[in-house]
Amino acid sequence: MSLDVDVGAHRGGFTLDAAFSARAGDTIALLGPNGAGKSTLVDALAGLIRPERGRVTLDGRTLDDGSEHVEARDRPVGVLFQSLLLLPHLSALENVAFPLRSRGTRAEPARRAARAALDRVGAGGLAGARPMRLSGGEAQRVALARALVGEPRLLLLDEPLSALDVTARTAIRALLRRELAGFEGVAIVVTHDPVDAMTLADRLVLVEDGRVTQSGSPEEIRAAPRTAYAADLVGVNLVTGTLEPAGDGTALIRAPDGVVACVPPPDLAVEGETVLGVLRPADVSLHRDRPEGSARNVFDGTVRFVSMEGDRARVGVDTAPPLVAEVTAASLRAMGITEGSRVWVSFKALEVRVVAV
Amino acid sequence: MARRASDAAVPPPGLTVLAALGIAFIALPVVGLAVRAPWSDLAALWTPATRSALKVSALVTFGATALALMFGLPAAIVLARSKARAAPLIRGLILLPFVLPPVVGGIGLLAALGRHGVIGRGLAAIGIELPFTTGAAVLAAAFVATPLLVLAVEGGIRSLDPRLEQAAAAMGASRWYVLRRVTLPLLRPHIVAGLVLAAARALGEFGATITFAGNIAGRTQTLPLSVYETLQSDPGAAILQALLMVAVSLVAMVALRGRLLSR
Repeated sequence: MSLDVDVGAHRGGFTLDAAFSARAGDTIALLGPNGAGKSTLVDALAGLIRPERGRVTLDGRTLDDGSEHVEARDRPVGVLFQSLLLLPHLSALENVAFPLRSRGTRAEPARRAARAALDRVGAGGLAGARPMRLSGGEAQRVALARALVGEPRLLLLDEPLSALDVTARTAIRALLRRELAGFEGVAIVVTHDPVDAMTLADRLVLVEDGRVTQSGSPEEIRAAPRTAYAADLVGVNLVTGTLEPAGDGTALIRAPDGVVACVPPPDLAVEGETVLGVLRPADVSLHRDRPEGSARNVFDGTVRFVSMEGDRARVGVDTAPPLVAEVTAASLRAMGITEGSRVWVSFKALEVRVVAV
Repeated sequence: MARRASDAAVPPPGLTVLAALGIAFIALPVVGLAVRAPWSDLAALWTPATRSALKVSALVTFGATALALMFGLPAAIVLARSKARAAPLIRGLILLPFVLPPVVGGIGLLAALGRHGVIGRGLAAIGIELPFTTGAAVLAAAFVATPLLVLAVEGGIRSLDPRLEQAAAAMGASRWYVLRRVTLPLLRPHIVAGLVLAAARALGEFGATITFAGNIAGRTQTLPLSVYETLQSDPGAAILQALLMVAVSLVAMVALRGRLLSR
């Protein structure tokens, strides 16, 4: 692999212990809740902190192991910082030239490279401007140029979209997609927003409590999320409980907040086994009246929220356990369902994927 | 007339009255000097003695400000950033000349650097005698001026966003490069403020100078010492000299303060 990471570090009372790999040309989204250790991981990759254990290799070169530690200035790493951190006393051009100048490039070649990088991100006209005079989107372009300027082999983008308003976000997202598609090294996008992760990255690496809890393509994670956080990210229903096989191939997952019928794989059909039941919202049906039919899972409840996503609606219902259904906006209107409506929810036992914890 | 929202920034009349009182309190002695000055003797002010005192003052102020920068800037940066347990104590120590009576500072300097002082003895052995030289006057002024520079710069460091320096390091900058291209440029307004305060303090220095450097015309007699000496024999001339100091200080303060606030 082009990038191999397996590091452990302590910071305050927090422990990081994370491992993942990436190929050249890959864009990885490092996804996790606030305080999960994403920044510590980024600092370790940038060379700002020295991991206490483990190793980092990039293109076959060891950046960190027990004995060796390559300093930040000697790493082919470009960083776009959360809240950008453009240097306020320097012009946009000088900011972009900074990583080159600080690594010893002479003034004139550094300026030329900086100008080319600014042009590339559509910020050529901003070369002389001080950061204070830039809009959020403009500043983001300058910061991206600064991250790209040294032709790094590893690009670290820390929350590249979180500070932007909606309009700027769309433009910068398109710019990032374009730049990341053409980027030949490994790119890591740190984010807490699943939409950013899924629109920018090929693979997700989920970090929770300082550990990588899962990694894979969004589809792989959606198919079998390992934690509640992962399930929530990819928008699926998740029921954690103990398994009660019924003897006919079906079983019940008994969760603290309800019971769901499922069909576990034979090797999992063990009494008392702790499992996750995973259910895609699109597999959940909504009804105004109690449905007749083959569905083993039928619940009633009150609609807690309706969130529209284009022509689809996600409907949260306070059944036991609480569930999210995804239906078309048209059928939602046809049924007259709004927040507070009493509804019935149904899905087949077969649609519940059972995963061992 | 309609009241605009920006009127909220205009101070209430009561405060303006108090402000006028404050300004008058500071201006009164200056007015007193101007009223009592024997203006007809103005030509007598420009004596060789005054000229030499002015020259010594300029030299001492410049030298002491440079020393304050040299001693104070590194100390301020290191102390503001230090996590050592002794740091608060040392931070207090370096501000000591700010609260100490200058005479006490002068005695301290004599005890350290005087002919029989702790270090002075060693210096004397190699032929360097500091006390009662212009160098001593510079040291005395620097002693009292340095804390002001330290205070200004330390305040500046506290207002810095430490993430900017971290970002610079992540972009490959060595610690010296971060200091040179990020920390110091960002501190510039605070350093300038510190320099102005230190220069003002050095220009007015009296007690430590007369104790450690003495009052030797042409060598250690600065304008304040000259004013004091003249006051014994010729109060009128002393007032004129005092007004000269007011003029010099005022020009320096107004010119530098404008630059300071406009950044």
